[in-house]
Amino acid sequence: MNYKLILNIAFHLLRARLKQTIVAAVGVTFSIAMFIALVSFMSGLNEMLDGLMLNRTPHILLYNEVKPSENQPLSLSGDYKRNTNFIRSIKPKDRGKSIYNSMSIIKTLKQDKRIIDVAPKVTASVLFNSGTIEIAGFVNGIDIIAEDTLFKISDYIKEGKVTDLSQNNSIIIGKGLSDKMLLSKGDIIKISTSSGNLASLKIVGISEIGIAEIDNVMSYTSLATAQKLLGQNKSYITDIQINLYDKESAVPLSKEFHTAFNLDAIDYQTANSQFETGSTVRSIISYSVGIVLLIVAGFGIYNILNMMIYEKMDSIAILKATGFSGNDVKWIFISLSIIIGLTGGIFGLVFGYVFSAIIDVIPFETTSLPTVKTYPIDYNIVYYSIGITFALFTTIISGLFPALKASRVDPVEIIRGK
Amino acid sequence: MENNKVIETIGLTKYFYNPAKFQVIKDVNLSINHGEFVSIEGRSGSGKSTLLYLLSTMDTDYEGQLLIHDELITGQPDKNLARIRNEKIGFVFQFHYLLSEYDVLGNVMLPGFKLGKYSKEELEHRAMGHLKTLGIEKHATKKTNQLSGGEKQRVAIARALINDPLIIMGDEPTGNLDKKNGDVVFDIFKTLTQEFNQTILIVTHDPDFANKTDRIITMEDGRIIS
Repeated sequence: MNYKLILNIAFHLLRARLKQTIVAAVGVTFSIAMFIALVSFMSGLNEMLDGLMLNRTPHILLYNEVKPSENQPLSLSGDYKRNTNFIRSIKPKDRGKSIYNSMSIIKTLKQDKRIIDVAPKVTASVLFNSGTIEIAGFVNGIDIIAEDTLFKISDYIKEGKVTDLSQNNSIIIGKGLSDKMLLSKGDIIKISTSSGNLASLKIVGISEIGIAEIDNVMSYTSLATAQKLLGQNKSYITDIQINLYDKESAVPLSKEFHTAFNLDAIDYQTANSQFETGSTVRSIISYSVGIVLLIVAGFGIYNILNMMIYEKMDSIAILKATGFSGNDVKWIFISLSIIIGLTGGIFGLVFGYVFSAIIDVIPFETTSLPTVKTYPIDYNIVYYSIGITFALFTTIISGLFPALKASRVDPVEIIRGK
Repeated sequence: MENNKVIETIGLTKYFYNPAKFQVIKDVNLSINHGEFVSIEGRSGSGKSTLLYLLSTMDTDYEGQLLIHDELITGQPDKNLARIRNEKIGFVFQFHYLLSEYDVLGNVMLPGFKLGKYSKEELEHRAMGHLKTLGIEKHATKKTNQLSGGEKQRVAIARALINDPLIIMGDEPTGNLDKKNGDVVFDIFKTLTQEFNQTILIVTHDPDFANKTDRIITMEDGRIIS
């Protein structure tokens, strides 16, 4: 088969119907562009919202949960091994919040190849004192460098720097807390712990995460300061936060660490399952809108090719009479739809990028999202590949039926009918 | 002498089924020799056009056998038939059927491109040669809708000639033309047979036209009567 000749004929046919061809291609362009802009925007939004929660949640968190002992004394007794025992009114056992042997656990974890980094943390519930007012809250003692690499905590520090925490007795408090207590950077805040210790810390920064519940109660300090505040030694750690290279393996790995270290382990998916659901639903909505747009464009192409075939009956008849087979005619019309789909699709990719770029610079400022200044866009090559693939797919399918019809045109009927 | 037969039919029979079964072509045995200028004449409804389209290989719904250049055509697949039409048969219809998307030269060259025997330059040269023979070389780059009816028909003849066909078939090629243009077209056919030894088969209901050809086949009620 002579592809050059078939393409040549297809081009000539298109040129004769330039206006309709452009309308058909613009349909494809529009739908692809909208698809890409929509999906990029939705996905950017998803990433932002996920980031709000997920980026600050470790992939795996190791801690001691307050819970009853798994092995009650009764189960240790040989006499009742074969019985079904009912024990009522069990009280949880306080094993202390401290992770036993934390230093060697952290050392082992840091050598694990699957783990990006480990950030130990001390959390304590405290009372912030301002004059006669007491506000309940939390102090997070953090390993400054590890915490910043894993959770980008510096993004959320509005005033001051997270590295200032390395000074002795310094603290960064949440925005809500500073507003309520009328404290600002440089002031001294008094803190009393549940065990009765009292300390005065210097405020070196204000943090704002964007979630009022957290900003109203949270504060950060260094590990050493937190340990001192609680009157504990340097091995006192309450949480070990782990981030993995492969986020999806969090579920099996959390089980592995649970048995290896005899600690409670929770993975981010279990901790934030409602966010995953939200992301999935938003993706489904944007993909289905995009695909509907493409299908509508496909009907447009079908219509135009169908009309073209009725108009070009004579041409088809003479092509067949002068030696073009039904197959050749079929390929002429399929090439027509491929040309429309490809040009429309490529322009669609360009316009999709342009639309995304426009959305990307539209200001979007809300008090709840201090790090976000414009609407978020996720520029991902995958959406562009899906767009062009689907554009070609729909145009070829919608061109196929008219092409088959054209290939079956009986030249004798047309020529004798004149 | 076997080779001298361009087209041969053996017991060719065709029925129309709509609205009722009706035999249009009744057991036609016919052979056309190389270099003959033949016309098929008959009243309308005599089956002369139907016979031509059977011979053209475009209509495949018949009984009996059709041979072109001693090659059995009956039962060949669509693709082969298309190739045979492209290579061995040139068509001129009552209506010119030129493609308005191409200029005159493009129309003439199109079947040549399909055959793929000659390069683009050669084809252009050959096409110009045919246009010159037919006296329309000055219109080569014009769009087809700028030509007169007679000129269009001459372009159609040039297109039929481009692949050096074994036979040129015409269905009332002068039917849409006035007397003067009709005579021009007839003279072209005459020249082609006399100077280039071209085999030509023309269906016509114009007795003047038929009488000037070498051989007249007269049809009546689906049979050849003379």
